[in-house]
Order: sequence, then structure tokens, then C-alpha cells
Amino acid sequence: MLSLLTERFSSGVFVIMNAFTQVMGIIWRLLPFGYLWNLVPYDRRRTIFPLLLIVPTVIIILMVVLYPLGYSVYVSFTPLNMLRYEKTFHFEQSTMWRNYERLKDDEIFIRSLKNTILFLAVTVNTEFVLGLLLSQLMARVTWGQGLLRTILMIPMMFAPVLVGFQFAWFFNASVGLVNNAMTSLGLMQLNDPKPWLVDKPTGMIALMIASIWMNVPIMTIILLAGTLSLPNELYEAAEVDGAGFLNQFRHITLPLLRPFILIALTIRSLDVSRAYDIVRIMTNGGPAHRTEMIWTYAGRMAIRSNRYGMASAISMAGVILGILFTLYLFRQLVKSRVVY
Amino acid sequence: MLTNAVRPYRRLRQTIYNIVAFTILIIGALPAVWIIFTAFRPGNEVNIRPAIWIPHRLTLDAFEKLFGGNTDVAAAVPVRSYMWNSIRVATLSTLIVLILGTMAGYAFSRFKFRGHTLIFLFIMLSRSIPGVALSFPLFLLMRKYDLVDTVHGLAFVYVAVNLPISVWLMDGFFRQIPPELDEAAYIDGCGYWTAFWRIDLPLALPGISAAAIFAFLASWNEYQLASLITGTPDAKTFPVGLYDFTSQFTVDWRGMCAMSVLMIIPAVVFVLLTQRSMIRGLTFGAIKG
Repeated sequence: MLSLLTERFSSGVFVIMNAFTQVMGIIWRLLPFGYLWNLVPYDRRRTIFPLLLIVPTVIIILMVVLYPLGYSVYVSFTPLNMLRYEKTFHFEQSTMWRNYERLKDDEIFIRSLKNTILFLAVTVNTEFVLGLLLSQLMARVTWGQGLLRTILMIPMMFAPVLVGFQFAWFFNASVGLVNNAMTSLGLMQLNDPKPWLVDKPTGMIALMIASIWMNVPIMTIILLAGTLSLPNELYEAAEVDGAGFLNQFRHITLPLLRPFILIALTIRSLDVSRAYDIVRIMTNGGPAHRTEMIWTYAGRMAIRSNRYGMASAISMAGVILGILFTLYLFRQLVKSRVVY
Repeated sequence: MLTNAVRPYRRLRQTIYNIVAFTILIIGALPAVWIIFTAFRPGNEVNIRPAIWIPHRLTLDAFEKLFGGNTDVAAAVPVRSYMWNSIRVATLSTLIVLILGTMAGYAFSRFKFRGHTLIFLFIMLSRSIPGVALSFPLFLLMRKYDLVDTVHGLAFVYVAVNLPISVWLMDGFFRQIPPELDEAAYIDGCGYWTAFWRIDLPLALPGISAAAIFAFLASWNEYQLASLITGTPDAKTFPVGLYDFTSQFTVDWRGMCAMSVLMIIPAVVFVLLTQRSMIRGLTFGAIKG
């Protein structure tokens, strides 16, 4: 029933898309690109055409990402303070490293860096392991695969802000769901609630749980698609040879799943800084910087203290972290593609 | 059968797998279910301690209050304008992302040119820059061109943010289409552009719809840049609007849940409709490099 409905609807979507294509084609023909294109010599066209297709994308990314990033790098070498804009927005050779030198001795910055790395390491690894286990389990299910996949996708539909608010509410000390549940189960006194987001290790753990809850589905779905695409013959042969579940997993599933694993991790790594939304809403760096991350620290430095030079220097740490993470996974991805 | 001889309790084992899988996933979805339930509960049941687990009755009070239905005062939160802004921003940015992303994805999948990998990597890396590093200069830039607190300004930023993932998706989808089709078209006298429009684009439509969902949901759900660029109901979107339910010490959880339900509806519809092609698009690059 549902599949029939989806097919109907998606064919409707295709009709709309087709009309859209037609209209764009007409607009395109009205523009004088054809004449310009005729000026390009034949032997050059094959190299120039793809560049023309890419140019708009690159220009937009240059404008919205690279230009502001360059500006940010510049600002990180100045002592810019918004309250004294004219006086502080200047660049001097002698003081250009001052922000970074301050950061070196800044305890809160070191702590936020440690927290960020810990947070990313724990969440990404846990998501990966949970996703792998869940995908192996789901690949074996015989009835209700479609329904199961729909249930799995529910957390994907939630916005990060929403996940943040949701878990902030669940872990709330006075009205939170977790405390209520523990009281109902008799694990906690009614008049002695635990402030999960305030206490030392639990605040961090709550953030991690929220992030993991949000990201496991996409990991699972990619790994599940990979697992289902593996050839069945290998498993039958392994079964005949007497390989148990663990051996099959270790010697067949894991190596063949490698490219899918890398894709899942790469897609995930592109979104590492989305965790900002969750942290911002649940604790915003937490009481006394307990759950401080690079992103929240930089944000607070900019908005509360107006010290934009310092904030830019802090956020550079986030930039480097993100780039390294992505670069590493991409290299792995390219390598694994060569093998196949 | 051979396998039945080797594994005698196969059926039992299978049933256990099924039950375990459903149990785990349902438990995992419970937080979401709780949010949706809360939106339909009467207000006096929400923030109570000890908790009332099973609602006594379900109402639409929260939604009526949200839309200013039968209360004397006007709705405190301008949900209508948030919804309208969100729809406009997401649609506008998705359209532009699709046009540009399809073009770039086609170029990366079909042609070899100098700097191919480098430019692809550059586009992907632009996605991993955290918003904090961009926010302040981006704000200055937007102010310079009078784009602060406007729908199209926000949409423009979202185009850049969502381009990388749609280029990635479209690259994968175009690789699925055999290049021989293009070659046949060239021989028949098609130019590059006509081959792209007439041959590859129609074949990649399922992929385009998957990329569209991704771009739409990403702009629909984005918070950080929206909170920076928008500030008034003229351009505020849903995620920023959620903050209206918080005051200094209290939070109107039920109103927030009701708004969340409104926010989730398009996501649910789109994800259900295109889950198949979405999964295919995400994983395609793995099978064929």
C-alpha cells in the first residue's frame, strides 16, 4: 500500500521535474550562450565545457566560504574588539601572533580542545560500532524490512536544534524524563533529583548520547545498503566450510564492507561541526566550562566578550580539526577505490 | 536442505533476530515518540513530577494555541511567518543547489580535466569548515549587501552550504549512467550541452530527487547560520523560532513539541517517499570508483 502510494507520488515528482527541465531548456536557448560557445575551437571544447559547469559552484563557495574564512584568518592576527572597532582593527607585524600565544596558555581553550576531541572520538566511534551491529542485525531480519527501515530513519528527520532541546528536556533536573523514569522505577528519591547536565561526567555523556542518537541512523543505513549488496555465494561457501558467525563477519563482511564504511565515515565527518547546535542548546559550554567545546568557546568569546580577534583564533582550531578529519578519510576513500 | 541440517534451530533463531531488531529500534525511536505525544497532551500533564506516563486524553490545544485559534490574545509565537519563511528559504536554496550541483556533478563524473580531484576536494572541504569561523565575516558581508534578515540572503548562504553534498550525490548518480549513451549522442550530432540536457539529466532524475531531499532538509533544519543572519519574523525560520518558547528560567515544552511536530511533517513525507533512491545515491560511489 505504502509503496504504491510512494510510487504514484514520486512519478508526480518526476512530471514536475521534467516540466522544470523543459522550462530551463527554453530559458537557456533564449540566452546568447550559443554564439559565444561557437567561438570556442573544437579541440578545446572537451576541456572547457566541464570547467564552465563547475565555475558557478566554485564562485559561490569562494564567496560564502573562502572569502569569510580568509577574513577570519586575517582577523585572528589582529586584536579586533567590536567595542573599539577603529582602534583595534589593524594588523601589526609585531603583535600578529599574540592571540595564538595567549591561547597556548589559556586553560579553558586547552580544555575545550580536549573536550572537542574526546567528544568527536567517542561519538564517531560509538556511532560506527552501533551502526555496524545494527546493520548486521537488520540485514538478517525477514519480515517488515520496510517498516523497520522507516523506524530507523525517525531520528534523521529531527533537526539538530530539536535534538538538542529534546535531550535538554529529558536530562533536565526538575522536569526531565530521565529523572522521572528513575523515580517511577524507584531508583531515585522524589525530592533528590540529579542535575544530569550540570554534574561533571554526566553532562558530557548527555551531549554524546544526543549526538549519537541523531547520527546512528545514517551510519546504519549506508552500512545496511552495503551489507545487502554483498554476494550471497561467499556466505554459502563459508557456511559449507563451517565458518561461524564471527568468522564470517571477520573475514567476509568486514573487508568487503570497507568502502561503505569509509563513505559512511566521510559523510559523517562532513557534519562534525553540526554538533554545535546540540552543545549550544543543551549546555552552551556547561557550568564552569565543563562541557566547553571549541565552537561554543569561540562563539561566547565573540558574542559575550566582543573579542573577535581572539574568537577567530579559537575557531581556527575548529577549522584545522575539520579539515584534517575530512582529508584523512578522503585519502582512505580514494585508496579503497583504486583497489576495486 | 543442507543449512537446516547444519543449523537445526534456524526458524527459532530467525524469529529471535526479528524480535530483537524491532525491539531495539522501537526503543531507539521512543524519545521521538515522546516528543510527538507531548504535543497532543493537555498542558497540565506535561511538566509534572512524578510523571504521568500514559496521557489521560489527547487534545489539539497546543496547536490551537500555536495558531492563535481560540485564545483571546494573539499567538505569542508567529508560527505562520516562520513556516512561510522556512518554506521559502528551503525551496529557493534547493532549486539553486539542484541546478548548480547537477551541473558540477556531471562535470566531475564525465570529464577528465586538469585539477579534477583537487577542485572536488576543495568543494568537499568547504563543507567541513565550522560555521563559527565563518559567522562574523559572513555577517559583515551580508550587511554590506543589505542581505541581513532577508529570506534570499539566507537562501544564498544555504546554497553554498548544501552544494558539496549534492555535488557528491550527483557525481555518484551520473556515474551509474553508462557513458556509451553520451558517446552515441555525440556521434548523432549532439553537443555536450544537449547530451547533458536530453540524455543524462532525464536518466538521473531519481538521483536529483534524492539530492533535492537532502538539500531541502538541510536548509529546513539549519540553525546556526540562520540564527546569525535572521532576527525578526520577517526572515526567521523554524529552528530559530524554537527559541521563542524559552524564557529566562522556564521553557514551554508543550508549545515547543507542537512546533516540532509541524517541523517534522515535511521531513517525514520526503524521507518516506525517497528513501530508496537516497540510499542508492549515498552508497553508489562505493561500488564503482
